[in-house]
Amino acid sequence: MTPPKAATAETLDGGAPVGGTEELISGSEAVAHAVRLADVDVLTAYPIRPYDTVMQYVSKLIADGEFDCEFIVAESEHSQFEIVKHASTVGARVFVGSSGVGWLYAFEALAVTAGLRVPMVAMVGNRALDDPGAFGVEHNDALAVRDLGWMLCWVATAQEALDTALIAYRVAEDPRVSLPCALSCDGAFLTHSQSIVNVPDQATVDSFLPPYDRKEKLLHPDNPITIAPQANEDWVMEIRKQSDAGMRRARDVITEAYDDFGAKFGREDEPFIERYMMEDAEIALVGMGTLAMPVKVAVRKMREQGQKVGFVRVRWFRPFPVEELQDALGGVAAVGVIDRDYGLGSAFYGGVLAGDLRTALYPLEDRPKVVSFIAGLGGREINTDNVITIAGMVSDAAEGGTTDDQDTYWIGVRE
Amino acid sequence: MSETTVEGFGEFVETQVLDAWKGPKKVPHEEFFTSGHRTCQGCESAQLMKLMAKAAGPRTIILGATGCMYVANTTYYSTPWAVPWMHTQLGSAGSAATGTAAGLKALMRKGKMKDEPINVISFCGDGGGADMGLSAISAALQHTEYNHLILMYDNESYANTDIQVSGSSPYGAHTTFSAPGKVQRIMNRRWKKNTAAMLAAGHPDCKYVATVCTSNPVDAMNHVRKALSIGGPTFIHSLDPCPKGWDYDPRYSHELGELAIETGIWPLYEVVEGELKMHGKSRRILRGQLKRKPVEEYLMRQGRFAHFVQEDIDYFQGKIDQMWEEWLIPGVIPFSAGEES
Repeated sequence: MTPPKAATAETLDGGAPVGGTEELISGSEAVAHAVRLADVDVLTAYPIRPYDTVMQYVSKLIADGEFDCEFIVAESEHSQFEIVKHASTVGARVFVGSSGVGWLYAFEALAVTAGLRVPMVAMVGNRALDDPGAFGVEHNDALAVRDLGWMLCWVATAQEALDTALIAYRVAEDPRVSLPCALSCDGAFLTHSQSIVNVPDQATVDSFLPPYDRKEKLLHPDNPITIAPQANEDWVMEIRKQSDAGMRRARDVITEAYDDFGAKFGREDEPFIERYMMEDAEIALVGMGTLAMPVKVAVRKMREQGQKVGFVRVRWFRPFPVEELQDALGGVAAVGVIDRDYGLGSAFYGGVLAGDLRTALYPLEDRPKVVSFIAGLGGREINTDNVITIAGMVSDAAEGGTTDDQDTYWIGVRE
Repeated sequence: MSETTVEGFGEFVETQVLDAWKGPKKVPHEEFFTSGHRTCQGCESAQLMKLMAKAAGPRTIILGATGCMYVANTTYYSTPWAVPWMHTQLGSAGSAATGTAAGLKALMRKGKMKDEPINVISFCGDGGGADMGLSAISAALQHTEYNHLILMYDNESYANTDIQVSGSSPYGAHTTFSAPGKVQRIMNRRWKKNTAAMLAAGHPDCKYVATVCTSNPVDAMNHVRKALSIGGPTFIHSLDPCPKGWDYDPRYSHELGELAIETGIWPLYEVVEGELKMHGKSRRILRGQLKRKPVEEYLMRQGRFAHFVQEDIDYFQGKIDQMWEEWLIPGVIPFSAGEES
């Protein structure tokens, strides 16, 4: 990994002038650049594939003198997350990450981090949970914390990973939010796949990302507070409600951050979801992460055949973008949700995203049918044929065929 | 205060220099563990908290793992801590110390915080330290570039959750997970972990490991001051008599602490930069200047051993005799040299 050698001003897509360099790098390397540019103070690593590539890049940056940071190799994921939690309370900006069962080994620490409203940013290199063993992507690891106060986002490209990491620090540390944020990058498909990425210059990042300031919550001898006492039934409910308020406020803070990011970096993205060929769509597919690539290819193919299919990619899963999804999907006849996760025993035995999406669309008077699909588990490829099969079943459901919107279909699986 | 960089050993940052207090009259009156807690009468762990905070002084951050000294000490709106204090998870005393010290170090080095030596103390009970948090403490003691003290208050059970047996409970002790019954008299057959010596032997770059007992308060405070001054990660293991868990009248807490030392169950020592020093009555026992009292005198003062018959007392006495007569380093290193060595 080499840091940008020279900042060159350029204009991207008619946007604002942006410094930085273009580099052919993986998603993990892109996040490592974001960590350097965010001037993180304390970082903890523990090996598990595939997220750990980010720590390999970061440690080399430190060894080469490109980045000044305490780099601690912990003895477990639990300690990894506890160390940065404590470093954050004395005012350090921190970075951490994990994958699969490593993320779950840290589960206690993940819960208290959200409960304490410590604004850490973590990368999840999404990976199937053991057993049986698999290195490949599934989203159940990051989704395990979905109700605890972690903001969760999924990205599809290395560029989006770098940009969203910077946005994540700004949102998480905003005093209106003060919640941790997990940046999910699909294992292998994103963590290990290279693409051309604009690595911004330090000055632009500094203009976007203010220093981390805990103010009255700083644990320091000049501010001798007690953090996390025993509150019990006297106060726990009020404290939980404050966390809920922080998550609600995150919506506006995320929108502000994307607006400012677009103005400063010249890359304009809709904050919560990405809409692809949705303008006149009659049916829509919905998913998260790198499945966007085969889905978009398949959508273009189907459009060539005259099928009015669109795609909505959910970027932010927490807070869940109800308004945006209602707006994007309210007009279609049927929606196919492609979950790269499973919700065994859940309603209709569907995936996690399908469940939340059904909830979000239920208040609409003219709500579309929602059909749940599970695909690409354990790192299995979701190919364009899979997507075309799914779209065909969604069309069938829209037309009142035999496809059941109260069941879940596993795609690309041996019977 | 000195800042040195030793090639190959990472960076060291300065510590506060806290000299030993020569006698109780030299100890300042100011307290940093004050009113507001609700620990039991006769609680030696609360006494240890008070001594620890006093020894460290105002420029200190204290982290506390789940246990009695969290649950009974920090009720919301009535914290007794006059220094900054934060809870950490049961197995996280080591990680809390590392994270806090690393955060301070990074911020001071990068000019984001005023540069000054701030004491970091992270405490845990025997459940948090000798059981669940052992790996995190081990890792913390390897990171020699961070200054902190991990203090384990050992009341020999999970005392906060109703007195359950831990890896640091004595053989045969009656706890709620090891109550004697009609068929089995001894339910806890584990011998108490030798935690301090294990950590000292296992982490040769750790500059300071010590055992203390609050039956000698000034001595306990001076060990804390030494641990905070010496630099790098340090560990202190305190034996804390517990009226509720050990089942005795609270007035005898200090007396039981002294008996633990006098019977040889609890050896007092410190390992300073690789050198072992026995101190107090333990040194006199080692030198043959003080005869160990029979273990029975200690055991039979406590309800947790009331079910013991002579056979149990003899077994216990035999184990203590081994500690002092057969161990490679008496009371510390639990194996003999072996015939070939």
